[in-house]
Order: sequence, then C-alpha cells, then structure tokens
Amino acid sequence: IAGTSKAAHSDVAPKKKKGPGALATAYLVIYNVVMTAGWLVIAVGLVRAYLARGSYHGLYYSIEKPLKFFQTGAILEILHCAVGIVPSSVVLTGFQVMSRVFLTWAVTHSVREVQSEDSVLLFVTAWTVTEIIRYSFYTFSLLNHLPYLIKWARYTFFIVLYPMGVTGELLTIYAALPYVQKTGLYSVTLPNKYNFSFDYHTFLILTMISYIPLFPQLYFHMMRQRKKVLGHVEDYSKVE
Amino acid sequence: MKHYEVEILDAKTKDKLCFLDKVEPNATIGEIKSMFHKSHPQWYPARQSIRLDPKGKSLKDEDVLQNLPVGTTATFYFRDLGAQISWVTVFLTEYTGPLLIYLMFYFRVPFIYAPKYDFTTSKHWVVHLACMCHSFHYVKRLLETLFVHRFSHGTMPLRNIFKNCSYYWGFAAWMAYYINHPLYTPPIYGEQQIRLALIIFLFCQIGNFSIHIALRNLRPPGSKTRKIPYPTKNPFTWIFLLVSCPNYTYELGSWLGFTLMTQCVPVAFFTLVGFIQMTVWAKGKHRSYLKEFRDYPPLRSPILPFIL
Repeated sequence: IAGTSKAAHSDVAPKKKKGPGALATAYLVIYNVVMTAGWLVIAVGLVRAYLARGSYHGLYYSIEKPLKFFQTGAILEILHCAVGIVPSSVVLTGFQVMSRVFLTWAVTHSVREVQSEDSVLLFVTAWTVTEIIRYSFYTFSLLNHLPYLIKWARYTFFIVLYPMGVTGELLTIYAALPYVQKTGLYSVTLPNKYNFSFDYHTFLILTMISYIPLFPQLYFHMMRQRKKVLGHVEDYSKVE
Repeated sequence: MKHYEVEILDAKTKDKLCFLDKVEPNATIGEIKSMFHKSHPQWYPARQSIRLDPKGKSLKDEDVLQNLPVGTTATFYFRDLGAQISWVTVFLTEYTGPLLIYLMFYFRVPFIYAPKYDFTTSKHWVVHLACMCHSFHYVKRLLETLFVHRFSHGTMPLRNIFKNCSYYWGFAAWMAYYINHPLYTPPIYGEQQIRLALIIFLFCQIGNFSIHIALRNLRPPGSKTRKIPYPTKNPFTWIFLLVSCPNYTYELGSWLGFTLMTQCVPVAFFTLVGFIQMTVWAKGKHRSYLKEFRDYPPLRSPILPFIL
C-alpha cells in the first residue's frame, strides 16, 4: 500500500479554488482596515472615558455612535459571502452578524434603562477586543503577511472573550425584560387585521434559552479550529 | 463463465470489510449490497454507499458488475449513509401531523385558548372553509403519497424526519392558532376576497394533482426512468410549455390562495418559506434536466414562467 507524503506546512490548508480577484482583494483590505480602525476608536473611546470619569459606570454613552456604526457596518460581511469574495457560509455569517446587530439595536438601543448597566460594558469590551484582532487578522491574511502573534491571538483570546461577551449579552437581555413587559415594546396583540401577534418579552426569553444549545457548539468549533490552525499537525509516511 | 471476486473496503480507513468470491458477472450492485449485508447485518442495503473510488459518486443498484471498469477482482469502497427511513414513511408522518394538529385548533381543544372557548366553534364561516381547504390539501397529499407518486430513492437519512416534521407540524400549529383564534379578524374585502381565494386555491389544487399524475405516467411501475415531461390533453398540464416544475408553481398558487382566504400573516410567511425552498428544488431539477437531455425545451423556466 503506498504511503502518504509528508506535508510541511499547516498555516492554510491547500485551497483548490482561486480566491477573490485583485479588485475584490483591494476592497476587502480597505474594508478590514477601516473596521480595525473603527473598533480601535471604540477601544480608545472607552479607555479615555474611563480615565476621565474614574469609574466603569455609563461608559456606553461615550462610544454609542461608533459602536452602532461599525457593528451595523458588519452587515456588509454577509454580502461578501453571498457574492463569493469571502469563502464563509452566508447562513453562519448572517447569523453571527445579525445577533450582534440585534443586541446593539433591538436591546441596548431600544431599552434605554439598560444602557447604564455594567453588563453592557462587559459585552462591548469583549466585542471590541475580539473585533480588533479579527479584522487585523483578515487584513494581514489578505496581504499574505500574517504575523504569528495575530494568528495566535485570534485563536486564543476567544477562550476568555467569548464567555465574557455571552455573559454580558445575557445579563443585558435579562435586565431589559421587566421594561419590555411593562411597556409592551415591539409587541402586537390580537385582534388585528393581519391575524398576527408577537410578544417581545417571550421572544427575548426564548432568545436567552437559545444560547444554551448554540454557545457550546460555537465555542467548541473555535476550539477545534484552534487545534487545527495552531496545532501544526504533520502527516507522516505510512508504511503498510 | 468466469466468476468475479469482489472485495469491499471502508472508504475512510481502507480496511478490508468483506470478500466475496464466485460472484456472477451479471450481478448487480444491489445484489452485491445484499451479500455485504449478510456479513454485516447492521448495514442494510439502503444505508450502503458503494463506489469505485473512496471519494467518488455512489454506484447505482442497477449497475451490472461486468459493465463496470473493474478487473476480475473488483475493489469497491463502502460508506455508511447512516440510519435510513423510507420516503413514504416520512411523507405520511409529516403530512398527518398538520392534518390532525389543525383540527385540534379548529375544535378548540383545551389548553390552547382561554377555558371559556374550549370546544366552541368560530362564528366566521371563512374559518370553517379554511379548515376544509387545509384538511383537503393534506388528505390529498397523503393519498398521493400512497397511490400516485413514484419515488426515485427508496430512503432518506433518518434525521430528516425530525427536521421535516418540525417544519410542517410547527407551521401548521402556528397558522392554525391564529385562524381559529376567538379574536380572529375575517378578510377585509369579505365575500369577494374569500370567493376569489377559493377559486385560486381549487384551481391550483387540481393543477398540482394533474402534474403529479402526468409525472407518474412518465414512469412505468417499479422503474426509475427519467423522461422530459410534456403537456398532455389535460389543460392543467399545458404549463409544462413554460415551466420545468409546475407542481411547485401550482403549490405556490394554492398557498397564495389560502393566504388571501385567511388574511393571516403566519400563512403568508409559510407561503414565502415554502416558495423559497421549492425554488431551490426547482432550480436543481431544471439544471439536471438540462444536463441530462440535449433537446430540453429552451423556453422553460424552473418555477415561474419567464421569471425564475
């Protein structure tokens, strides 16, 4: 039985299909640079506000606008997948981006009372650090000059940042519940001519519950990716 | 007559799983699968994928050993497709659910609406009509499954039944809840709207049934032949001139009719999701027709004439 040959590298699995064209690559580099810069602005904004106020409280207000702008801008990434210049799944990317956009607009923006909660700072911080690393990772990858440090950070920081972000998100949604119930926010009751009803309060609870099956799956997927990318696995010749 | 020797290896591990000697040259893959099943009882033929190449396409049950590009010692690769369930079973289960679930809401079985409404009936006649249409639709589907359809594949992966039933049963419950609700609001344009909706619904139900019969008649009993469908004497099949999968076109029409009849957002949503899925299927079918038949009529679109 013939043996398999030794494969030397493990950074990027050999791809059979060609990547995005030159124009698409240029656009993606610009996109990722702009996003990296945007999240850096948010990071700096948080630090400066903290130093000015001397407390963690209410830092959301100091970065509210850039957060909304850059997080919402990430919707373009769904388009990138749909058009094919990025090889990820449209559904997976769509899901990830929309859950962020949901937290930003449908929870934090919509329920004013929640904006001063510390849980908001928790997920904003997690998102900020994650995105700075992620977008710089993409930028360097596209330019074919990926420093090992960035790759390492991308596949290591999530171990802490992911649970941190999830905790912040869940606590924020939980904090919003009483206000949503009291005001009937985004809810529709019967009777109406569309014969439709929607209870946002129940929807938020179901959203929180959905984290239970979803979060571990995504977390362990990243763990497996980490082993694959950072593990430097090499095939050795098999002799029958 | 020289006999063949057949060895079957695991496609992933390349382990030798089975060795068959004195195999007839005119043995089919189906027969080889039966023989393999004897030595590995947990892998019934329906869950076996036998190929010439570990990463290649599955061979068909009808393929004959001596017509394959193999020597007198043939090597095949095996992949386990996982637990299988018959298409007929899946269809019967996924269609019986909506039929029964809708009726539970129609009769206002306890614990759905407030107790004072238990076992009452709606005062709107359109609600009774909707129940008849919905029930008729699923009874038609069940009967078609038993007596009309000729399936290409016998089985599908077991996990599909959970996915499919969640979809059908879930949507049926969601729609039925609102249509049969004590606070249901009938269509704005009243009798006119309902009459038009009923005409569309019935027209498309007959259309859909006509297409199913036409497709059945393309294929002799027990065979898996594929032919280009053409319009027949039945006017409802003339749509084949413009569309590859008119069964889906008519199905969309039926649900648009039902949406108009009930004026209910969940129904509209169900129609939309169904339309998206059927479009995906229609495009796939259209593509395989084009690939298989050189002379496929160029005027046809997958699901919507000239549009999609």
